[in-house]
Amino acid sequence: MLDTTQTERHTLSVLVDNEPGVLARVVGLFSGRGYNIESLTVSEVDEERHTSRISVVTSGTPLVIEQIKKLLARLVPVHVVEDLTTGPAHVERELALVKIVNQGSDRVEALRVADSFRARTLDSTLNSFVFEVTGNSSKISAFIKLMESLGTVEIARTGVCGMTRGNTIDLIDAD
Amino acid sequence: MTAKIETTKRVPNNASAKAHAETPQMMPGAALLLKVLEAEGVEVIFGYPGGAVLPIYDEIFKSNAVRHILVRHEQAAVHAAEGYARSTGKVGVVLVTSGPGATNAVTGLTDALMDSVPVVCLTGQVPSHLIGTDAFQEGDTSGITRPCTKHNYLVKQSADLQRSIEEAFHVARTGRPGPVVIDLPKDVQMLDAPYIEGGVWQDTPHRYRPTISPDRAAIKKAVQMMKAAKRPVIYGGGGLINSGPEATANLRRLVEVTGWPTTLTLMGLGAMSADDPHFLGMLGMHGTYEANLTMHGCDFMLNLGARFDDRVTGRLNAFSPNSIKVHADIDPASINKVVQVDLGIVGDVKETIAALLEEMKAQNFAPNAKALSGWWEQINGWRGKNCLAYEQKSSIIKPQHAIERLYQMSRDREVFVTTEVGQHQMWAAQYFGFHQPNRWMTSGGLGTMGYGLPAAVGTQIAHPDATVIDISGEASFLMNMQELSTISQYRLPVKVFILNNEWMGMVRQWQELNHGSRYSESYTASLPDFTKLAETFGMTGLRAKKVEDLEDVITTMLETDGPVIADICIEKEENCFPMIPSGSAHNEMLLSAAEESNATVSEEGKILV
Repeated sequence: MLDTTQTERHTLSVLVDNEPGVLARVVGLFSGRGYNIESLTVSEVDEERHTSRISVVTSGTPLVIEQIKKLLARLVPVHVVEDLTTGPAHVERELALVKIVNQGSDRVEALRVADSFRARTLDSTLNSFVFEVTGNSSKISAFIKLMESLGTVEIARTGVCGMTRGNTIDLIDAD
Repeated sequence: MTAKIETTKRVPNNASAKAHAETPQMMPGAALLLKVLEAEGVEVIFGYPGGAVLPIYDEIFKSNAVRHILVRHEQAAVHAAEGYARSTGKVGVVLVTSGPGATNAVTGLTDALMDSVPVVCLTGQVPSHLIGTDAFQEGDTSGITRPCTKHNYLVKQSADLQRSIEEAFHVARTGRPGPVVIDLPKDVQMLDAPYIEGGVWQDTPHRYRPTISPDRAAIKKAVQMMKAAKRPVIYGGGGLINSGPEATANLRRLVEVTGWPTTLTLMGLGAMSADDPHFLGMLGMHGTYEANLTMHGCDFMLNLGARFDDRVTGRLNAFSPNSIKVHADIDPASINKVVQVDLGIVGDVKETIAALLEEMKAQNFAPNAKALSGWWEQINGWRGKNCLAYEQKSSIIKPQHAIERLYQMSRDREVFVTTEVGQHQMWAAQYFGFHQPNRWMTSGGLGTMGYGLPAAVGTQIAHPDATVIDISGEASFLMNMQELSTISQYRLPVKVFILNNEWMGMVRQWQELNHGSRYSESYTASLPDFTKLAETFGMTGLRAKKVEDLEDVITTMLETDGPVIADICIEKEENCFPMIPSGSAHNEMLLSAAEESNATVSEEGKILV
C-alpha cells in the first residue's frame, strides 16, 4: 500500500511528440486536477523525429505522483514517462542567471561568492553583475540566498532538467 | 512548440508498401473528410451547419454515403451521437460550426468524456490566416476542448488531414473510449489535400498504445486471491458495456462459474440480466440495500470496469473496510485513483475476464461452497428487507409504479431506454430491468439534465424499428426540448415518458435532507401543457392523472407508431430511496422517508455534492 500522507518531490522526464498544444495538454493536466508544478522545462530534443523532452518537478503524496505519471502516460502525444526520482541514480541540473546590484565591499564579496560557486560573470557594470550559475536546485537556491544578502537581485531560473546516470538510454525512441 | 508534422513522419518502416506506392489523389479537404468517414464506416452524422463548415455541408449535399441528421442545438448533436454510440458500440460522429457551434458542444463532449463514450466531433474553424484575430465566430476550440476530450486536433496543414482524422477515430474507439475533436479551418476544408486510398495512419510503437491484454502474472495472482475468498462480490461497471458484448458474455460465464453475488453500477446496467438470481441490483447512493451491504461486508471485491465513483463508494474511509480489492480497468489512471486496491489489472475487461476464466481452470478454482452459502444466506437476509418496496395506495401515481408498469408492459419489445438526470433517472435504474448491454443510455458521470431526449434521437436513428423510450422528468425535458423538432422532422417514433412532479425532484430531495426543506428555486413553475406541446410538433400527446389512467396511457404510447409524449402526473412529494446520504457509508443507508426525517447529515457531508 502506498503512503497517503507524506509529500515527496519527484522529477519526471517526459518524451513527447513536438506538436501544437502538447505543452498545454501537460500543463492543463496539472492545473485541472490540482497538482503542483515546481518547475518545468521543455525543448525539442530530436529534430528528425519531432520529439521534445519535458522535465517537470512536482510534489505530492506517492498516490498523487503515481496518478500524475499514469495521467501523463495516457496522453496521446506522450511516448514515455520516466520518474527520475524513483529510478536508478540520476543527475539533475538547473541554470540560473542572477543579476545583483550593489557597491563597495558587498560587490567584492559577491564576486568572491560567485567564484566559490563557480558562477560565470556574463555582464558587469560599475554597480552590477550578471552571474550564470549551474548546479542542482539546492546549490542554486543557496547561491541566490547569499546574493540576496549582498544586494538587490533579479533572478531567472531554467527549472530542472535531468537524466539517469550510466550507459542506458532510457527514453528510447527507435523505430 | 509549433513545429508542423508531416503526414508521413511517423509511418514506420514496415508500413504497408501499398500506401507508399500509391500516388495521393488530390481533392478538397472537405471531400477528403467524407472519404475518410466512409472508410471508417460512418453511416450517420449528427450536426448543425454554420459559416465555417459550409464546404463540408456542400460535400454532404453531393454525397450519398453518409446520412446527416439535423439537430436543433449542438449540445443535442453530441448527446445524439452518444446515444447512437452507446446503443451500437460504434463511434458517434458530430459536425458543428466554429465559435458558438463548438462551445455549445462542450457539455456533450464533457459528458462523453466522463462516461467514456466514443465520439468524433468535427468543428469548423475560421480560416488559418484569421486564427487569433478575433474573427467572426472564432473560438479557441482546441484550447476550450482540450480538458474535455480524450484528444483533439487543430489541422493547419492539408497534408496532415487524412492522418489526423484516421487517428482521431482510432483514439476515440480504442483503449478507454472517449470524445475526440478535430478542428478544421475553412481553408483546410477547401484547399486540395492528398488522399491515399486504404489509409495513411499507422500504429506506431510509442504514440498512444493502450494496454489491451492483461498481465499474466496479475491474472495468476488474482485467481489465487479469488480462491481464498469467503465473502466475495463482483462489482461491474460501464467498462463491461464499452468492451462489447463479449465482455458481458464473459461476465455471465464468470458469475455462473463462481456463483458469486454481483452488483452493477449505473453505467453497467444490462451487463447481466436483471433477472439473474446472482444480481443484487445497482449499488451506490440509490442502490439496493443488499448490494451496498454486500459491498460493505465482503472480504473480496472483484471490480470489473468500474471506477469507484463517489456515487458508488459513499464515505471513502468507510468503504468496504475489510476486503481484498482487485481492480480490472483499461485505464491505468483509474487504478488507485481514489480507492487503493491490492491488485490492479490493466487491460480490456473482456480479455481480462477471459484470462481469469482460463486461469481459474488451470488453478482448479472452485468456490468455497460452505462459506459462500453462508454469505448468500446473509445477503438473502438483506434482500428480505425488500428495500425497493413501495405502496401504490391512493389513486395518485407513484413514480416507482409508473416505471415498473412501463417495464412490465414493454418486456416483449426490443426496448432501449434513455434518461435525463434526477429522481426519474434513479427510479428508472431501480425499477426498469435490463437484460442486455447497450439498452440503457444515461448520463452518469457528468449528470447532464437534457441528455435523454437527444440521446433517444441518436438511439432511434441507430435502431429504427426498436421501441426507444426517454424516461424523463419535466425539468430535464425542458432543457433540450427543441429536439422535438428533430424527432418530428425524421418521424422518429421516440416515446417520451415524463414523470411530472412539477419539481426539480432531486434538488428538492437534497434541500429537504440538507437544507431544512427550504425549497429555493426548485419548483418548476409555468410548465407547458405537454399534450398540446406534442400536438404542435405533430406528435401524440397523452396524460395520466390517476393510477387508473396509467395502463391505458402506456398501452397507447407503446402501440402508437409515431412519437409520443406521455405526461405522467406523479406523486409530487415522493423521494428516491434507498439513499446513502452524502458523507455516509454503505451501511448507513436510509431506507424510507420515515428514516429520512430522523436523519442528520454531517457538515462534511453537506459540503459534498
